[in-house]
Amino acid sequence: MRKLVTSMLAGIGLTLACGTSVYAQEKSLTIFWAEWDPANYLQELGNEYEKETGVKITVETTPWADFQTKAFTEFNAHGDAYDLVVGDSQWLGAGSTGGHYVDLTDFFNKHKLSDVMAPATVKYYAEYPGNSGKYWAIPLEGDAVGWAYRKDWFEDPKEKEAFKAKYGYDLDVPKDFKALRDIAEFFYRPDQKKYGIAIYTDNSYDAMAMGFENALFSYGGELGDYSTYKVDGHINSDKAVAALDAYKELYKFTPPGWAKTFFVEDNQAITENLAAMSMNYFAFFPSLINEASNPNAKNTGFFANPAGPNGDQFAALGGQGISVVSYSQKQDEAMKFLEWFIKDETQKKWAALGGYTCSQAVLKSEEFQNATPYNKAFYETMFKVKDFWAVPEYAELLQQLNQRIYPYMIGGEGTAKETLDALAADWNATFKKYGRVQ
Amino acid sequence: MATTMITTLDRSSRAAARGLSDISIRNLFIIPTVLFLIVFNIFPLIYSLGYSFTDFRASTNAPANFVGLQNYRDLLNDPYVWSNFAITAKYVIISVAGQLLVGFGVAMLLNRDIPLKGLLTTLLLLPMMLSMAVVGLFWKLLYDPSFGIINYALGLGTFEWLADPKMALYAVALTDIWMWSPFVMLLSLAGLSAVPKHLYEAAAIDRAGPFYTFFRITLPLVAPILMIAVIFRTMEAFKTFDLAYILTSQPTTELISIRLYKMAFQEWQTGRSCALAYIVLIMVLAITNIYVKYLNKVKER
Repeated sequence: MRKLVTSMLAGIGLTLACGTSVYAQEKSLTIFWAEWDPANYLQELGNEYEKETGVKITVETTPWADFQTKAFTEFNAHGDAYDLVVGDSQWLGAGSTGGHYVDLTDFFNKHKLSDVMAPATVKYYAEYPGNSGKYWAIPLEGDAVGWAYRKDWFEDPKEKEAFKAKYGYDLDVPKDFKALRDIAEFFYRPDQKKYGIAIYTDNSYDAMAMGFENALFSYGGELGDYSTYKVDGHINSDKAVAALDAYKELYKFTPPGWAKTFFVEDNQAITENLAAMSMNYFAFFPSLINEASNPNAKNTGFFANPAGPNGDQFAALGGQGISVVSYSQKQDEAMKFLEWFIKDETQKKWAALGGYTCSQAVLKSEEFQNATPYNKAFYETMFKVKDFWAVPEYAELLQQLNQRIYPYMIGGEGTAKETLDALAADWNATFKKYGRVQ
Repeated sequence: MATTMITTLDRSSRAAARGLSDISIRNLFIIPTVLFLIVFNIFPLIYSLGYSFTDFRASTNAPANFVGLQNYRDLLNDPYVWSNFAITAKYVIISVAGQLLVGFGVAMLLNRDIPLKGLLTTLLLLPMMLSMAVVGLFWKLLYDPSFGIINYALGLGTFEWLADPKMALYAVALTDIWMWSPFVMLLSLAGLSAVPKHLYEAAAIDRAGPFYTFFRITLPLVAPILMIAVIFRTMEAFKTFDLAYILTSQPTTELISIRLYKMAFQEWQTGRSCALAYIVLIMVLAITNIYVKYLNKVKER
């Protein structure tokens, strides 16, 4: 018995010793991100870094649905499993005030990143609180919501003729929300199993918010005042009400069963010949120009979120910045990686691999804009994006938005005004609870 | 009293030769389990009770403030939480009743001499052996209005099982019934085969009709084991999460466990979610107690 215990202990000890010695020999960094193509591109970029410096980069991923949960579970436990994390823009508040992210303000100022990166990405991926000059992340993957459409449907002469006869203007890429609605209605033909438009409706995380924001911001509406946290008169303004009605109107022209949809379903709408137009993050467009994943790749075009009735044109921001986790044992190594990452040539490589760089120089270059069919729309969009609240309690705000807007959008309960008035009251109560408003 | 329950150690056994007494062997088996239960069950249970009286958020470094019964008060005044409970109750009733009907019905059909009975029973048990998440993903495809096989087979066109707020909960319950009826069937089969054959023979001699035989002989004798099935299924249905979470995201299918998950792990309202977990725990305990009381009554008959 005693012998057994002793030998077992020795075995465990030996394993541990081997483990730590391997650990010490090899320098490595672990980056945590969600499971999608850009994470694979980042791994490839990391391999380049390993070739140059010998530091091994591992990009660990998890499906989107539990990305937030898994990251914060690790943060809350003060775990050092991840050295860097590519976190959603909404996490900044929770990450910074919770002490999970390392303050990168000095690094930011030293490298003048506010001038290097596109202004919107600095504002939304890096700075918290707004206009404070404190930075917690380096913009890594720029992203926003854009649109894909079926070029072959749009360019069919018969369709063009029929459209002109019905609506009195030419069928083309929609310039405003009215045209978006008309085209959606025009192509909505359930008897032919063809539908007008694919939009986000999932209410489990931020899909519904991102979709609605596309209409809200272009209609000139706002979620609220980001510096005073005043929401009444913003989120329930006439413009916001009109925007919600416009978004609900689009739902009429979606394929059947379009009630829990996010990026996967919206790309399927194009690949499965379901819809004429589909809303999605730019980050999901690479698979639409790939013939292996989209049989209609040749016939797929892209456009930026159209303008509202007053000519305002904005889009909902996606995308992420990379932050150093404050519980990491290898913060110095992590900072070295960031120094390398922000170099111009690295950013160029990052864009070439398929990553959406936030570097102004690369974005503005001809080379980048002509590299893919959607890069130009991406460049146009990245300079007119707005984002959701980034306060630590953003998840509660999202939940309240889902709770109010979903029954109206999908279930047709109440009116847009009632919905948004109720949402304003919910948000105000939440801000009161956290002492942001009196 | 307790010591008489333990069989004394055989003096010539190896354990006795090593000098282990009855008590130490008993402790060797029981203590690890008890420790495990204390560390992983009892301790978190008590710890979370403490948290339920605070405004603690696991995602921040802010210290937890004692807020008394505030969390409980807010939750019990929240109309959304009440609607979650109402949805859960509706779901439990539909799903358990459905499983009972289908499961017991199939068991009645199987409770006779038919060829390949063993194989048939095993095949019918398959749904129960799958993972909840896998079942959810498959049924989401089956229900799909554009290419789902259910609409195709039933000729329903583009009927929206999951997108229709009124239908979605029934669709989730239907999937649950499909998955767990075999469990009720298995228990019912065991109960049915235990009914003494001579009772049926006696009933046949007395020219009792099939309904009379069923309600006076079969059902009363199978009732205790059916009650056990109901207890298990009610407890499980009450805490259903994965199936409903994967299939739809309708507000009309937001069961209490989904609400709890969102509150705890998306919004990180740790204190409040602890309070909600306690409310759910008390409810499940109360319901189970009623069942157990009833079960004992049925057994006494």
